[in-house]
Amino acid sequence: MTNQPIAPLALFAIDSLLSEEERAIRDVVRGFVDTQIRPSIADWFETGTIPARELALELGALGVLGMHLEGYGCAGTSAVAYGLACTELEAGDSGIRSLVSVQGSLAMYAIHAFGSEEHKEAWLPRMAKGEAIGCFGLTEADFGSNPSGMRTTASKDGADWLLNGSKMWITNGNVADVAVVWAQTEDGIRGFVVPTDTPGFQANEIKRKMSLRASVTSELVFTDMRLPHSAMLPGVRGLKGPLSCLNEARFGIVFGTMGAARDCLETAISYAIDREQFDKPIAAYQLTQKKFADMELELGKGMLLALHLGRLKDQHALSPEQISLGKLNNAREALDIARECRSILGGNGITLEYPVIRHMNNLESVFTYEGTNEMHTLVIGQALTGIAAYR
Amino acid sequence: MKIAVCVKQVPDTWAEKRLRADDSTLDREAADGVMNELDEYAVEEALKLVEAHGGEVVVVSMGPDRAGETVRKALSMGADSGIHLVDDSLHGSDALATSYALATVLAGRDFDLIIFGSESTDARMSVVPAMVAERLDLAQLTFAQKVDVIGDTVTIERLADYGFDTVTASLPAVISVVEKINEPRYPSFKGIMAAKKKPVETLSVADAGLDASKIGASAAWSGVADFAARPPKSAGVVVADDGDGGLKIADFLTNQKFI
Ligand SMILES: Cc1cc2nc3c(=O)[nH]c(=O)nc-3n(C[C@H](O)[C@H](O)[C@H](O)COP(=O)(O)OP(=O)(O)OC[C@H]3O[C@@H](n4cnc5c(N)ncnc54)[C@H](O)[C@@H]3O)c2cc1C
Repeated sequence: MTNQPIAPLALFAIDSLLSEEERAIRDVVRGFVDTQIRPSIADWFETGTIPARELALELGALGVLGMHLEGYGCAGTSAVAYGLACTELEAGDSGIRSLVSVQGSLAMYAIHAFGSEEHKEAWLPRMAKGEAIGCFGLTEADFGSNPSGMRTTASKDGADWLLNGSKMWITNGNVADVAVVWAQTEDGIRGFVVPTDTPGFQANEIKRKMSLRASVTSELVFTDMRLPHSAMLPGVRGLKGPLSCLNEARFGIVFGTMGAARDCLETAISYAIDREQFDKPIAAYQLTQKKFADMELELGKGMLLALHLGRLKDQHALSPEQISLGKLNNAREALDIARECRSILGGNGITLEYPVIRHMNNLESVFTYEGTNEMHTLVIGQALTGIAAYR
Repeated sequence: MKIAVCVKQVPDTWAEKRLRADDSTLDREAADGVMNELDEYAVEEALKLVEAHGGEVVVVSMGPDRAGETVRKALSMGADSGIHLVDDSLHGSDALATSYALATVLAGRDFDLIIFGSESTDARMSVVPAMVAERLDLAQLTFAQKVDVIGDTVTIERLADYGFDTVTASLPAVISVVEKINEPRYPSFKGIMAAKKKPVETLSVADAGLDASKIGASAAWSGVADFAARPPKSAGVVVADDGDGGLKIADFLTNQKFI
């Protein structure tokens, strides 16, 4: 006996948890991804190129860049609406969601939360429109999970700052107009707003990636890079500056990963219904159905968790540890779902004709960046026991 | 310029459409509702005209409660206000009754232009714009692929099999648009959030001053006597090409009256 199949998130009645406005925003982003991303994304991934400038302008016109921020040309949506936009963008590709996360949650958020009025006026309206692209330099080659050890320094030279050092794995690095760079100073870690045409700034693109190929990743090198005193972000000192930005971006990932997972599961289900082996659709075998049922549970639970965290965030009641719950769970489960779906597609699963292996490879980066699986495990461990186990 | 755009909520284009067992009308609960696609083009054209000439766009919809979503979609695209005619007694209205109801709501509101999509994906009759124009005694410029307003005249390119006709009328007038006319915008997030605060006038049949005997299923001039599901696809015919494949295909097409 056969019925009309129900879509994975419809089975969880996820839409019943969303307001009409949230659904409207979600639908607009979904429409954008369908028409502007899906037709080209496999090519961008294969060639390792992405029309970042044009895309940024389109995303700006759509309103997603810094959409959850208030003022300065930003839309000022709820956190849940921002999360749902991330879900749709990442259902297209994690690289596109990364572009948006870094722009809105890392670079724009840092300027919005900690910048001077001049920083905000100079950059935020242009960044919201996508006319200016931002990047965020925290990680260094030798300091990833432990950014507090960073070696990039900013020292006083008269009224100016002189920055020296380098940053690694910086999303949007080569296409950015402005970089938010974190460096050691005499009074701790401080952030700097750096126009990328500043003499002494250099960006080198990281090649040969097997993941997030539709996203620009770079090394940034600063050699006696001179900045005016006003380049420093006045509003924050210490690691809590960059960490609060990361919390914003991680929040987007909690939602985003479920988009990639949903796209994998939907692809695998429709493939399995069409694909026949031993005279039956492979979807008709109990082994396949168990895979689907297990993945469905994780997808739905992950989405429910994301929405729960989103509601907390909209009430300003979301803690960093709770974001870790979401990042750890959803990045991990999305990666598992992608791998399982890859296997269901058999040989076709290894090609870019289907989105699954692309999502699977992308999710390896998502699993690692913004705090690795292990780091979030230790955050939760510390929350539960009171004991920090990082060192 | 004051422009009205009439929009209809229809079942999602991709959804399987069903008729209700009780009264053979379209089951509007069975599928998600969306704005009729061509109506998006109508909204877009109205917004463009107002951007060029100034003025306001009022979106008008007749439909059940949830058609309010479609009104709000138009508001989120940029329309200024909405009118939602909603009443249980409108259920089952045919094209004549719909045009009567819309014309009554539109009359006396001083619109310079009333814009429609040229057909709805659920009914596909393309007659309501013309009927509304007749009832309001306004010029009708239907199937427009281009609209220009100059002073108090409006000129359209009316799509035809052989190309297009250029048709001009003085304002006020009724226009229906085809897909070629423009590329509807996505609502921006700011637009979506602003839509909540824009005024929507909700009218019942009594508020609108409609004659109850002219609307609803009982007033319809046509009815569905019976319906049946389309039979499942049959296996199809495989033509083996033994040198006469072309002839066999031609015969097949002739038998099916395709050629
Ligand atoms: C595609 C991509 C884009 C990125 N974009 C940006 C960006 O825009 N800006 C930016 O600043 N950074 C960015 N990053 C950097 C990213 O945040 C780091 O890669 C991440 O924090 C991990 O650091 P690492 O690579 O140095 O790994 P390491 O810190 O060396 O970790 C390696 C492994 O050791 C484990 N480990 C480390 N310490 C411990 C411990 N105490 N206990 C147990 N296990 C431990 C880790 O969990 C991991 O499994 C990006 C990375 C990638 C891959």
